[in-house]
Amino acid sequence: MTNHKFIDRKILLEAVKGAFIKLNPHSLIKNPVIFIVALGAVVTSIITIFNSQLANVEHCFSIFHFQLSLWLWITVLFANFSESIAEGRGKAQAESLKANRSQTKARKLTDGKEEMIAASLLKKDDIVICEAGDTIPSDGEIIEGIASVDESAITGESAPVIRESGGDRNAVTGGTKVLSDRMIIKITSDAGNTFIDRMISLVEGAQRKKTPNEIALTILLISLSVIFIIAVATLPAFFGYSLKASGLPLSQNLTLPVLIALLVCLIPTTIGGLLSAIGISGMDRLMKRNVIATSGHAIEAAGDVDVLLLDKTGTITFGNRMAHEFIPAENIDLITLANAAQLSSLSDETPEGRSVVVLAKEKYGIRKQDLTKMDADFVPFTAQTRMSGVDIRISGKRKQIRKGSVEAIRSFILNNNGYFPKQTEEKAKELAQMGATPLIVAEDNHVLGIIHLKDTVKGGIKQRFAQLRKMGIRTVMITGDNPLTAAAIAAEAGVDDFLAEAKPEDKLQRIRDEQAKGHLVGMIGDGTNDAPALAQSDVGIAMNNGTQAAREAGNMVDLDSNPTKLIEVVEVGKQLLMTRGALTTFSIANDVAKYFAIIPAIAVSLYAGTSENGVLSVLNIMKLSSPENAVLSAVIFNALIIILLIPLALKGVKYRTEPVTTSLIRNLLIYGLGGLITPFIGIKLIDMILQLF
Amino acid sequence: MEILRTVLPFTFLLIVVAPFLGNYIYKVLDGQKHFMLPIFGKPEKVIYKLSSVNFSESMDFKKYCLALLTFHFFGFVILFILLSTQRWLPFNPQHVDNMNWHTALNTSISFVTNTNWQSYAGETGLSYFSQMIGLTVQNFVSAATGIAVFAALVRGITGQTVQSIGNFWVDLTRSVLYILLPLSIIWAVLLAGEGVVQNINPYTEAITLEGVTQIIPQGPAASQIAIKQLGTNGGGFFNTNSAHPLENPTPFSNFLELFAILLIPVSLTFTYSKMVKSPGQGRVLFAVMSILFLSGLAISLYSEYQPSEIWGNLSYMEGKETRNGIAGSVLWSEVTTAASSGSVNTMHDSLSPLSGMVAMVNMMIGEVIFGGVGAGMYSMIIFVILTVFIAGLMVGRTPEFLGKKIEAFEIKMCMLAVLAPAIVILIFSAIACCIPAGLSGLNNTGPHGLSEILYAFGSTAGNNGSSFAGLNVHSIFYNILTAVGMLIGRFGVIIPVLAIAGNLGQKKITPVSQGTFRTDNWLFGGLLIAIILIVGGLTFFPVLSLGPVAEHFLLQNGILF
Repeated sequence: MTNHKFIDRKILLEAVKGAFIKLNPHSLIKNPVIFIVALGAVVTSIITIFNSQLANVEHCFSIFHFQLSLWLWITVLFANFSESIAEGRGKAQAESLKANRSQTKARKLTDGKEEMIAASLLKKDDIVICEAGDTIPSDGEIIEGIASVDESAITGESAPVIRESGGDRNAVTGGTKVLSDRMIIKITSDAGNTFIDRMISLVEGAQRKKTPNEIALTILLISLSVIFIIAVATLPAFFGYSLKASGLPLSQNLTLPVLIALLVCLIPTTIGGLLSAIGISGMDRLMKRNVIATSGHAIEAAGDVDVLLLDKTGTITFGNRMAHEFIPAENIDLITLANAAQLSSLSDETPEGRSVVVLAKEKYGIRKQDLTKMDADFVPFTAQTRMSGVDIRISGKRKQIRKGSVEAIRSFILNNNGYFPKQTEEKAKELAQMGATPLIVAEDNHVLGIIHLKDTVKGGIKQRFAQLRKMGIRTVMITGDNPLTAAAIAAEAGVDDFLAEAKPEDKLQRIRDEQAKGHLVGMIGDGTNDAPALAQSDVGIAMNNGTQAAREAGNMVDLDSNPTKLIEVVEVGKQLLMTRGALTTFSIANDVAKYFAIIPAIAVSLYAGTSENGVLSVLNIMKLSSPENAVLSAVIFNALIIILLIPLALKGVKYRTEPVTTSLIRNLLIYGLGGLITPFIGIKLIDMILQLF
Repeated sequence: MEILRTVLPFTFLLIVVAPFLGNYIYKVLDGQKHFMLPIFGKPEKVIYKLSSVNFSESMDFKKYCLALLTFHFFGFVILFILLSTQRWLPFNPQHVDNMNWHTALNTSISFVTNTNWQSYAGETGLSYFSQMIGLTVQNFVSAATGIAVFAALVRGITGQTVQSIGNFWVDLTRSVLYILLPLSIIWAVLLAGEGVVQNINPYTEAITLEGVTQIIPQGPAASQIAIKQLGTNGGGFFNTNSAHPLENPTPFSNFLELFAILLIPVSLTFTYSKMVKSPGQGRVLFAVMSILFLSGLAISLYSEYQPSEIWGNLSYMEGKETRNGIAGSVLWSEVTTAASSGSVNTMHDSLSPLSGMVAMVNMMIGEVIFGGVGAGMYSMIIFVILTVFIAGLMVGRTPEFLGKKIEAFEIKMCMLAVLAPAIVILIFSAIACCIPAGLSGLNNTGPHGLSEILYAFGSTAGNNGSSFAGLNVHSIFYNILTAVGMLIGRFGVIIPVLAIAGNLGQKKITPVSQGTFRTDNWLFGGLLIAIILIVGGLTFFPVLSLGPVAEHFLLQNGILF
């Protein structure tokens, strides 16, 4: 995950080697289009060798056939190369993961006795001990203890994370390092099936199954190939007829190498050669964003997702209520209120308490006061009083400053024979209805005002949701808040819909409802109770710091545990599909020019009459130099375009959030029209170069 | 001027009438109330009662397909027996002999598949009984089958997780009773009024001014011609089809017959809009078909009016009826090949190389430019699905068409439907080019001869039925090969189409969002045209360049064939 360079030397060398290894028919047949090219290359090579052995003058070694076979082999190698290079980065990553895994020893605990065994011998439900400095031998759940763990081996993030037994942070991953403390772990997966093992096999592409869309596309490509095989195979019959009609001998009929050249030019080799590279690089792009997909299907589905379920906390809001403003009661000075609020919160170490201090300081310029002078006596929060505060002595007078919920402060005031003002009560109610939390500040027997605590929506999130809406994705906020609070936050964040007072089963039901309406649902979750919803959703991203159950239920794991990642995942999915569409269009559009190169070349002798060139030479609009060069140029172009498009296949077509029609028009202009025109220029250029020799 | 006079009123009237008829057909297919119910509602119920099939059953793909194939099989057997035994059957005043087995085989398959390829001459080869009971019946039901399959496909597209794609018997009966029959009655009466013969008399003998005896054929022509035109069947009552003065006597009858060819196919684009409840969907298809149609027509007209030195700078009148003129003949040739009708009012063999090629291309791309009744629409939807699949990916979602995900199965079936006719045209033409049995039928040599062979298989595979007429196809070789071609061209498309209907019907509908790839705007129309031309063009470019293209350039050099 650290290597963000596009291509490095080592990967390049490996890929070249891989290109040759993949010449093995077993791996070639997985890619039918390229397999056809390989067959063609074999046949042309045999013809070349066979002809050169006939040592008579007419049939001497044919340079043309030799070049043809050479370029056909190059086409196959280029296609293989593209796949190898896409696999390369993953492989390099897998290597380092493997190295990490193989050396690990485990301290297995059997009946209270500790023994050292190799990590690879661990079984499910074994109990192991890990202490500071140990590498965690396998995936598991902490059953006892708390420890800080360095998970950089899988996340690339060096800051340690805390793992503890119980709750949602009890999962540990094999291959990560314990930095401090000691814990007892119950192993949850057999050797060979751990998270790292799965990651290795995923990045290596060993388990890479073709995705549904890839299968459909492959069927299209095979069918197109079949059409072209028929078109080319029947050509000698029509050609023979035309030869007879032109008064030429049948021996001038099209030769097998020329037919193969024509076929290879027509079948969609560009997309056929790059298809698997596109898929692998999709996974790779996710991995760069620290997301591991358990299948290619999940990435594809991500492109289709049109409903996103987002947890409010952590995704949309920071998750902590923060002091937003001070609202003084009647006849109370704002500064007095701010001062009292700060004093009452100084001992409050909760995020809420700290935010009150910060607000008072930043907005009202109140510095921390020297409490020793005041003989301060802190009153901590208790479940009985439900308020906190401080007792201070200013110029000999004892003052009780308190902050707490409306109810708690009311009884505090009434106990002190004070009066709770109606205006404050109404304001508090109003705030509560807006989704905020009001805290009342009181001094002795009178109310000073309200602290407005608010769940803060993350900056920029509204724009993000607006983008999503443009992409055709609806966002649904999930929250445990009451409907009023939820509605207020939903409006502020700009989500399309919300689910308030949501229990885990509500989440699951909501996903089912959306799916029944035909939507594809994406969600992100961490807790064990998220597991059913994650499993039900079409794209479920589990956070790496979540529980083992959640991680297994989702079809992607976000190693950064960043809830907004879902949006990036959707973009990667879309990019992947767009790249496939763009290259398919490009590949098909290319054929037009190739016809204009090859047909006039092979028909040069037909219906010539008294003139030198046949009547179909009119179609030679590129004015290619000779029939042989025309065929060769087309074949060479066909091979080179694969290698030239590898960067595009690996990086993907750029995705922008814009109306689909706009991006469609742009892609059509670039890959459709471009695909139509490029080969005309390319073939002409190659022909000009060939003329030099 | 001649062009405008011929083309404008025709297109204008079509555009005015089609939306109304389209809406009516929608009501019929959807089982809604319409104004024909009081008239034909009773007969419909009687038919249901008389036949023992279950009319209330909702059929899934397999049942629908089975019903359709069974019906066609029996239709074929009955027609075959009828043609082979017509000598002993009634209404045979001319004592026409039984058809030989291979012609009977070819003819029955031809009419069952809505192709109406004719390797016989109507006047000498068929009794009135065969014409009326045999062919006319198939003219009706084969056209109705096209409508039924179209309806089934659209039901599959619009259905939300359903198994059923309708009931074949109901679709068939309703299409005949409410759509084809009323229109045919109107057309038959109008045509008879124009002088198209309608009797069961023996042929008349007449002595011409030069003192030569001439036999003037008679027969129940008007009734058969009406459905032949309306159902895009195209099988002429007489050998020369609508170039025959008794089949097409007046300018008005010419107009009526021409109008009838496109009437239902054009209307069905509007029916489609209604069925999918989105006016844009059908409108795009209408626009795409119109653009392809008018472009073909423009190329044809241009090449026909192009003066050539070879015949003294005159336009091509060879093979055309003087009363129809060039524009009238070319318009018909374009309409009949676009709409899979195959009826002709001119000799296609004598068209200029380019307009001959336009006619061929119309058939080779799968008869999707309006196409056969129903068949044009379902074949076009195949291309729509392909376009959605190829271009739809470019918006960053797995492709969906009207909310239905297009996946491996649909693509497999679509490509099968595209492949089937292409295989027939290329492989069968190649066979014909290689063996003496194929070549002996040729009237002409050079690239024109190749065009004749290509045309024959293009016409049969596309279920068009028109012929270049330069090729003598009355031989066992051609009868068998074209018969197989027609079967593959018809059922090689219908079965995949129904399979797609069945599979799509079971899928959920994804609601439209901002991210949806739209199939109802000009952009999609342009894409669709591109895909049709590229897929069709790439398949046939090599062979077309050896045929009509070569001929065209040779003609420019002053060489004729």
